Amino acid sequence: MRVGRLVFTWAALLMLLSLTIASSFLPIGEWRQVINFAIAIAKAALILWIFMQMREEAALVRLAVVVAAVLLLVLGSLLAADYGLRSPSPYVRIDAAR
Amino acid sequence: MTLARHEPFPDIARQREADRFGMVVFLASEAMLFGAVVMGLFALRTFEPAAFAATSQRLNLVAGSVNTAVLLTSSLLVAIGAEARAGDRLRLAKWMLAAAALLGLAFLAIKGSEYLQEYGEGLMPGVGPKQDFATPAARMFMDGYFVATGLHALHVTIGVALLAGCAWRLRGDDPPSVVGIGNVGLYWHLVDIVWVFLFPILYLSR
Repeated sequence: MRVGRLVFTWAALLMLLSLTIASSFLPIGEWRQVINFAIAIAKAALILWIFMQMREEAALVRLAVVVAAVLLLVLGSLLAADYGLRSPSPYVRIDAAR
Repeated sequence: MTLARHEPFPDIARQREADRFGMVVFLASEAMLFGAVVMGLFALRTFEPAAFAATSQRLNLVAGSVNTAVLLTSSLLVAIGAEARAGDRLRLAKWMLAAAALLGLAFLAIKGSEYLQEYGEGLMPGVGPKQDFATPAARMFMDGYFVATGLHALHVTIGVALLAGCAWRLRGDDPPSVVGIGNVGLYWHLVDIVWVFLFPILYLSR
C-alpha cells in the first residue's frame, strides 16, 4: 500500500487550491488569470500522474492522455486564431448585439 | 490479486492494458466535451471581461471552494480504495468507495443550495419570477455557468452511482475486479479534473 504518497498528493492539491483562491485577491490584473490557469494545470497533472496512476501505466495508455491534451490545444489555438485575427469588416460584425 | 484472462488476449498484462486503454480513450472524449465548454467560457471572458468579472463575483465563492476541497478529498479516498482493492483489502476498499460516494452526494447538495440561491437572486436565465442581469453578457455568463456545472453535476451523479455500486458489490462473494474498480476510479478523477478547471474560470475570474 502506498497511501503515504496519495495523502501527500492530496495535501499538495489542497495547498494549490488555497493558493489559487488567495492569488485571485491579489491586485495584479490579468496575471491572476494566468496564475489560476497554471495552478489548474498543475492540479490536473498531479491528479493524472499520482491518483490516476499514469506514472505506472504503459506508453499506449499515456499516449491516449497526451492525444486528448494535444487536441484540446489545437481547439484552443484555432479558437484564438479565429477570434484573435478577425479585423473589422462590413460583412462580419462580432459586436452586432451592442 | 488474481485476474481472469479472457479471449482474445494472449496474456493478462495485454488484457489489462487494453481495458485501461479503452477507458482512457472514453475519458479523452469526455475531456473534448468539457473542453469545448471551457473554450466557450474563455472566449466570452476575452470579449466581455467586465461583465464576466462582475457576474463571477456574484457566485458563492465559499460554496465553490468548499466543493473543490470535497471533490479533491473524495478523489483521495477513491485512490486509496483502488490501492486497497489491488492489495485484496476488500473491507477497506468498500469503506473508502462508500465514503467517496457520500462526499459526491455532499458536493451535489452544496451545488443544489447554490442553484437555489442563484434562483432567488434572479441569476437563473429564463427561470423564476425575477431576472437580474445587467447586460446580455452577464446572462451569457450564467448560461455558460449552468451548462458547465449542470453537465458536470450529471457526471458527478453517474460517478456516485458507480462508486456506490462498487462499494455495495465489495461486500459480497463477487467483488468487482481490480481493473473494474480502477476504471471507475479513473472516471471519478476525471470528474475531479474537470471541476479543477471550471472552479477558477467561473468563481475566480474577478
